[in-house]
Amino acid sequence: MPILSYLVLPQAGAKEQLCADLAAIEYCEIIPADNEEAVVLVTDTPDEETEKNLQKMLKNLSSLQSISMTFGHNAEL
Amino acid sequence: MKLNRRSFIKSAAAGSAIAAAGSIFPGISFAGWQKQEDASGNITWQKAPCRFCGTGCGVLVGMSGDRAVAVKGDPNCSVNKGLCCVKGFHSVQALYGKDRLKKAQVRKNGKMVEVPIAEALDVIADKIKETITKHGKDSVAMYGSGQWTIPDGYVASKLFKGCLGTNNVEANARLCMASAVTGFMTSFGIDEPMGCYEDIEHADVFVTWGNNMAEMHPVLFSRMLASRKRKRDVTIIDFATRTTRSSQASDKSILFKPNTDLAVANAICYEIIRNDWVNWDFVKKHTSFHKGKTNIGYGTEDHFSFKDKPEDISFEEYKTFLQDYTPEKVERISGVSAKDIKYLASLYGDPSKKVTSFWCMGMNQHVRGTWINNLVYNIHLLTGKISTPGNSPFSLTGQPSACGTVREVGTLTHKLPYGVVMKEGARKKAEKIWGLPAGSIDPKPTYHTVEMFRALDRGDIRFMWIQVTNPMITMPNLNRYRDGALKEDRFVVVSDVYPTPTTDVADVILPATMWVEQEGMYGNSERRTQHFDRIVPGPGDTMSDTWQIIEVARRLGFEKQFPWGEDEYIGKIWEEYRQFHDNPKHNMAPYEVLKARSGVQWPFVNGKETRWRFNTKHDPACKKGTDFDFYGKKDGKAWIWARPYEPAAESPDQEYNFWLNTGRVIEHWHTGSMTRRVPVLHNAVPEAYVELNPEDASDLGVVNGEKVKIISRRGSVTMKASINGRGVPPRGMVFVPFFDESYKINEVTLDAFCPISKQPDYKKCAVRLEKA
Ligand code: SF4
Repeated sequence: MPILSYLVLPQAGAKEQLCADLAAIEYCEIIPADNEEAVVLVTDTPDEETEKNLQKMLKNLSSLQSISMTFGHNAEL
Repeated sequence: MKLNRRSFIKSAAAGSAIAAAGSIFPGISFAGWQKQEDASGNITWQKAPCRFCGTGCGVLVGMSGDRAVAVKGDPNCSVNKGLCCVKGFHSVQALYGKDRLKKAQVRKNGKMVEVPIAEALDVIADKIKETITKHGKDSVAMYGSGQWTIPDGYVASKLFKGCLGTNNVEANARLCMASAVTGFMTSFGIDEPMGCYEDIEHADVFVTWGNNMAEMHPVLFSRMLASRKRKRDVTIIDFATRTTRSSQASDKSILFKPNTDLAVANAICYEIIRNDWVNWDFVKKHTSFHKGKTNIGYGTEDHFSFKDKPEDISFEEYKTFLQDYTPEKVERISGVSAKDIKYLASLYGDPSKKVTSFWCMGMNQHVRGTWINNLVYNIHLLTGKISTPGNSPFSLTGQPSACGTVREVGTLTHKLPYGVVMKEGARKKAEKIWGLPAGSIDPKPTYHTVEMFRALDRGDIRFMWIQVTNPMITMPNLNRYRDGALKEDRFVVVSDVYPTPTTDVADVILPATMWVEQEGMYGNSERRTQHFDRIVPGPGDTMSDTWQIIEVARRLGFEKQFPWGEDEYIGKIWEEYRQFHDNPKHNMAPYEVLKARSGVQWPFVNGKETRWRFNTKHDPACKKGTDFDFYGKKDGKAWIWARPYEPAAESPDQEYNFWLNTGRVIEHWHTGSMTRRVPVLHNAVPEAYVELNPEDASDLGVVNGEKVKIISRRGSVTMKASINGRGVPPRGMVFVPFFDESYKINEVTLDAFCPISKQPDYKKCAVRLEKA
């Protein structure tokens, strides 16, 4: 049941698209920066399988340039 | 209650990301975020460096009771500014694998039997005594690691080099960093990078030389991408032998043929001189020109020896040497177009651009590893782009303490914590600090890593203690060295946290504590020493590697040299070790300072860290009255070397017609003994594979997932094909990651090495392929 957070950078000029893409994915909450091309993403998935699928979806977003983890918690530990 | 706790944790997660964003984008604002009170959800946090690569990210380990349940990037650590990567996050899970080694084992009548750890330590001490009596002091050896903590390596060196008088101490950093060391020593006379990670925010251009940073140094890569986003006029060039995730994120990817980076680096220098982009003021004041021996061999035979013979040359002679490296000639050797070579030269040559070069295994695991390190320094020296913010030739490390433990403590056969065994002054200093009689330390180095395992095979070494590493996966030409370790009358002790192919060859297994189950220090790529406390208890009879060595040393009669108590030994060892570096070129921070901060860079002088060495504005060790002082060399100058292109030890031919390149993936740490026990990481990349170029795959009649047999003159491995996966090699090359013990790719690789550094080349040998 991991909760993870990331700093996400959009492709050039694609911040709004990235926010829309991330907001459309289940288990994702976003906090866009007001003054920079950067978005904070918090994910909260119920199990490892869902987490794995979510990771795949994130990797395939064309509006996303880079994603860096900042926090991880796993209640099953 | 549960919901509340979860929402607290989510708020803490968001807070971490916002803190990281604040460090990377100063002034960034997130108006939409409301911090919750007590967002920690009753988790307590303690600092530690991550143990899963040489970047040295500071992490905060979240504890619930005595269990580690969370990790976040430490926003107070300037390395990662609050970021971490997938391996860093999962590092705590690696503590809790089901098959952790918790009990000592001793081989009795051919079978491993669990015993009390004190009994196993007795067996080890008795065996060391017996072996030395029968075969002499140089028949016992210690093989350690760049994942050793600094105290681990220090006590190993003190026991073996000081007390036992053998220089049979090596560490796996020989396999990853030795060429970087000899590169520094030959160009600057002193080891480790002059710059620091802060160069990333200052540089306008990055050239990554054979370095897939997106996977191997992901946090630094993120910092590069963030800098490009923020400054907008930043250029990233990926210069490599295969296309990777780093290539995809860079502005330009340039591919070269294996080993020809030597020729391209020379061609860049040729162009810099031809276009008069030389920084003459810098070159005249701060550099001198040199050449060494050529056709220097590859070390594939036992007892290979090589000694370079440096000679002074003039700038004109150097210029003449470069005539063989016009962009057009080098295009034919390297496959890099003359246009791209000229473009690279123009980036380095443009006086308005600050340039940082990054490299790691691609340049170090190279039969001419020392030379290619020299040649990249040449580029920075000719243009004067060095030792100033953003202008940085930067050799990255792979392991968390390859610098701290192996390079600084000196856990290599020729090294001592200060200086080399060949120098009387260095030996005397060590003997004095260690309280040993004069003459205790042998002035002759013995075996570098490959030769040490050859000596074990030959029987010159009979006892070997291996800590924190897995050579039965990582040694090149592995079949020979595994057979050697299994021979009659060889005694192998392995200290580790999980069973591995190396514990399989052991006569004694010691269960070790891991990472934050013990107190210790690491030293990362940018001269930063990072202390961590014991945060969680180790399971069962586990014992720190340092304490294992202390226990054996005392059993051997060296109580005087190892007098410390269990509650104080790390601090005491640190303060003793610090005496070796008590000078402005290398001063280390006191123990209390290390404990308080998220890492401290050396030289630490008058309470201040040194971020750019050799630059008088930043480095108090520089002579006053000059802008730069390359004080590692007697002449105070950095050396520019004429080093030619020479081919790899084994290149594809009619019979073995492919290059084999090996390396890592982001999810797994080295041989996977820890990360493969973390379900998320294991499931992400459950088994190794062979990357093929799609056209080669089609010629072979292989589709994704079908099996391919990779055959060299030394061995073969059969594994699944990966076509157009995360990495794509050019035609005529295959790539295999080495993390999976079920597919031992090092049975196929060649034990050729750089004759100067003795570091093997894992990136180049010849293989043929068969559809399996
Ligand atoms: S980049 Fe390296 S040090 Fe940083 S979190 Fe990842 S594995 Fe750990």
